[in-house]
Amino acid sequence: MTDLLLEPYVALVLLGFLPSEIWRWLGMVLGRGLDEDSEIVLWVRAVATALVAGVVARIVLFPPGALAGVPLEVRLAAIACGFLGFYFIRRSPFAGVLVGEVVLIIGATAFGSR
Amino acid sequence: MSAPAPFSTHSPNSATAAFLLGAKTAATSVFMFVITVTYIGFGALTHDYGLSVVWAMLSTVLLWAGPAQVILATALGAGTSLIECALAVGLSSVRLMPMVVSLLPLVKPERPRAWRLIVPVHFMAVSVWVEAMRLAPGIAREWRLAFCNGVGSALMAAGVVATAVGYSLSAALPTLFGAAAMFITPMSFLVSTARNSRLFMEKAALAFGLVIGPLLASTKVGLDLLWTGIIAGTLAYALGRWRRRAA
Repeated sequence: MTDLLLEPYVALVLLGFLPSEIWRWLGMVLGRGLDEDSEIVLWVRAVATALVAGVVARIVLFPPGALAGVPLEVRLAAIACGFLGFYFIRRSPFAGVLVGEVVLIIGATAFGSR
Repeated sequence: MSAPAPFSTHSPNSATAAFLLGAKTAATSVFMFVITVTYIGFGALTHDYGLSVVWAMLSTVLLWAGPAQVILATALGAGTSLIECALAVGLSSVRLMPMVVSLLPLVKPERPRAWRLIVPVHFMAVSVWVEAMRLAPGIAREWRLAFCNGVGSALMAAGVVATAVGYSLSAALPTLFGAAAMFITPMSFLVSTARNSRLFMEKAALAFGLVIGPLLASTKVGLDLLWTGIIAGTLAYALGRWRRRAA
C-alpha cells in the first residue's frame, strides 16, 4: 500500500463511492424532467444498451484478475455458447448464464487456466 | 404522455405491495443467482487482498456496481495511485448514467422531488434496470418507484450476504471459482439485455456495441466505454429512426 493511502474506509468513499455514484446523480438530474416517450430518452436508451454491450466486450477481451488466466478462445467460446443457449432455450437468461458458465469451466479445465 | 399500460390483475395497489412485488421479482430473477455468485467471488477477492469483511460488505452497499468494486479492491490491494484508481472506478461506472436517464422517466412519480429519488437511484444497476424496464409498464405509475426499491433492496441484501459468505469461504473456493464469478457479469449483462431488446434500435445498439467496443478498446484512445456508448448508441438510434420513418 502506498504511503499516501488513506484509511481503507476513506478510500472506499473517496475513490469508490463518489466516482461511481456521481453517474447516478448526474442521471437523476438529467432524467428527472424528461418524458418517457421523448426522442431523447429513446436515444439515451440506445446509448445505455450500447454501453452495456461495451462492458460485455471489455470484460471478455480484457478481463480482470482470475478471468485473465482463462485462455481468450475459451472466454469467447463461452460467451458465444451462452448467447446461443439463451437464444435457443426459450430465450431464458438463466439458460444462457448456465450454458456460458459450463462452457467456461469445462474449457478452462481442459485447456488450462493460470 | 403514453397510453395507459395494460395493468395486470396482480398490479399492486399500495407502496408496500409494490415493494414486496419487487422483492418477489428479484427473488425469482436470474440476477438473484448472478449477484450471489458475483459477490461470493468479490468477497473472496477482498479477503485475498487483506481488506476487512466489514469493508467488503460496506462497499457492496455503497458502490453497488460489481466491476467498480473489483477495480477498487484490486487497486487498494496492489497500491495503485489514488487518481488512477478513482478514474478507473469512475470510467467503469459510466453505464449507470444513461441507465438512470432512460429508466427514471418510466418510474418516477409525476412531480418528483430530488431528495425522494436519491435512494431509488442508488439501487439502480443493470439488474434493476433490466427488471424495471420489463415490468414497470404493467404497474401503476405511483407505485413504480416502490417496485424498483423492492427489486434493488432484495438484490442488494443478497449481495451483502454473499459478500460475507465469499469472504469467509475464500480459502475453500476452487481457483476456477474466481474466474467463473467474474465471467457471470458479462454473460448475464449480454443475455438479459438481449431479452429486453424489443425495439430494432435496441438490438442494433447491442450488436454495434459488441463490435465497436473492442475496436475502441484496442486503440487505447481512453474513455473507450463512453465513446462506445455514444457512437454505437447514436448509430443504432439513427438507424431505428430512419426505419420508423420509412415504415
